[in-house]
Amino acid sequence: MSTTDLPPKLAAVVDDFDAVGERERLQLLLEFSEGLPELPERYTQHPELLEPVPECQSPVFVVTELEDADHATPPLARIVRVFASAPREAPTTRGFAGILCEGLDGLPAGELLAVPDDFCDRLGLGRAVSPLRMRGMSGMLGRIKRQVRERTAA
Amino acid sequence: MTAQTTSSRIAPDPSPRFAEYAHPERLVSTEWLAEHLGQPGLVVVESDEDVLLYETGHIPGAVKIDWHTDLNDPVTRDYIDGEAFAKLLGERGITRDTTIVLYGDKNNWWAAYALWVFTLFGHEDVRLLDGGRAKWEAEGRAYTTDVPELALVDYPVVERDDSRIRAYKDDVLAFLRTESPQLVDVRSPEEYTGARTHMPAYPEEGALRGGHIPGAQSVPWARAVAEDGGFKPRTELEAIYAQEKGLDAGRATVAYCRIGERSSHTWFVLHHLLGFDDVKNYDGSWTEWGNAVRVPIVTGEQPGSVSSR
Repeated sequence: MSTTDLPPKLAAVVDDFDAVGERERLQLLLEFSEGLPELPERYTQHPELLEPVPECQSPVFVVTELEDADHATPPLARIVRVFASAPREAPTTRGFAGILCEGLDGLPAGELLAVPDDFCDRLGLGRAVSPLRMRGMSGMLGRIKRQVRERTAA
Repeated sequence: MTAQTTSSRIAPDPSPRFAEYAHPERLVSTEWLAEHLGQPGLVVVESDEDVLLYETGHIPGAVKIDWHTDLNDPVTRDYIDGEAFAKLLGERGITRDTTIVLYGDKNNWWAAYALWVFTLFGHEDVRLLDGGRAKWEAEGRAYTTDVPELALVDYPVVERDDSRIRAYKDDVLAFLRTESPQLVDVRSPEEYTGARTHMPAYPEEGALRGGHIPGAQSVPWARAVAEDGGFKPRTELEAIYAQEKGLDAGRATVAYCRIGERSSHTWFVLHHLLGFDDVKNYDGSWTEWGNAVRVPIVTGEQPGSVSSR
């Protein structure tokens, strides 16, 4: 699977999935689900700041922040923080969120926006997870990118 | 070849609370299952909306069957055929005589779907764990992440029989031409009226038109579920389906939803709990009907009829 157009951390995730068989991919997704970082307290206290992702079958929320709020750095060079939350009883959705946090958090906004929209299809999960469920992950990526687009345009 | 054929049938759960249902042998309680785990001839199957939930922990000894990746044909919009079903069940250690107990997340929504598909293949002894995963969990019962090591067993290749409990679009169209056809729409009220074409908070799966099949009564599937996640008592179910909606157990009935999963749950309620003899699940459901050219649709809160639309 081609990864040359992906940021290094995201490329590493694709390589990890590529390196294992279909059954192990589910296990790997489960590890990402378990590794999803807890939300910072400023969001656990204020869930209304999080954006719901209705493309997912389970309640999942994403929020992004741009670092360097003094505007000294050009918008597209500013670092993006990505946070997400999903319930424990929805491990697939949590796994999707875990992959996106791992691969996107800490990227400069310009690089994040350049992540191809078909990135989720490159994980090779279509058969093990089903294309319908994969749509939820694409929806999550789309919403993260839209938030970053809005924040950098401001 | 299997040696055990007739002798090893497992007696139904004798819980008095199931006795009032039309087919009490189709339900088992969490207590019953906990006592019978590991009994030869019994296989517990988990079937969830979330494809990874089983991996996070499941009832000891349970195997996993996924509605999407296991039961659906990967290419055609249909269920798997007899050969694929035989392979799937054989790999899960299930023979034709096995007692299967299904359970899952979301109030057994997907477990009931699997049960309906198993019934298409005529698997005789297939039961549902009343209350599903949620009840098992709420009672603090055991979970494990150990996946059972199974020897491949023989499951015969059985041709799927769609004629008794499955309806295709043309069957529904023909049904609409009969005298006062009885249909149940189990989607949310917003989907029924046509205000929206998909489930609230669920992904849009694409329907070009909103509304319902003429004459269909609106009974969202979850109305059959009690607070503890199990099924409501028979009198409460009858108050909804018979008294409130006027559905007659003696008449042919078609249930549908969006892709046939929620209506499998209602199919179970109507057939196994309330004793409707002839209930079919129209699995094409709204993702087919709402996209089909020139089929009749009614919008709004009233069931309507073909002639009055």
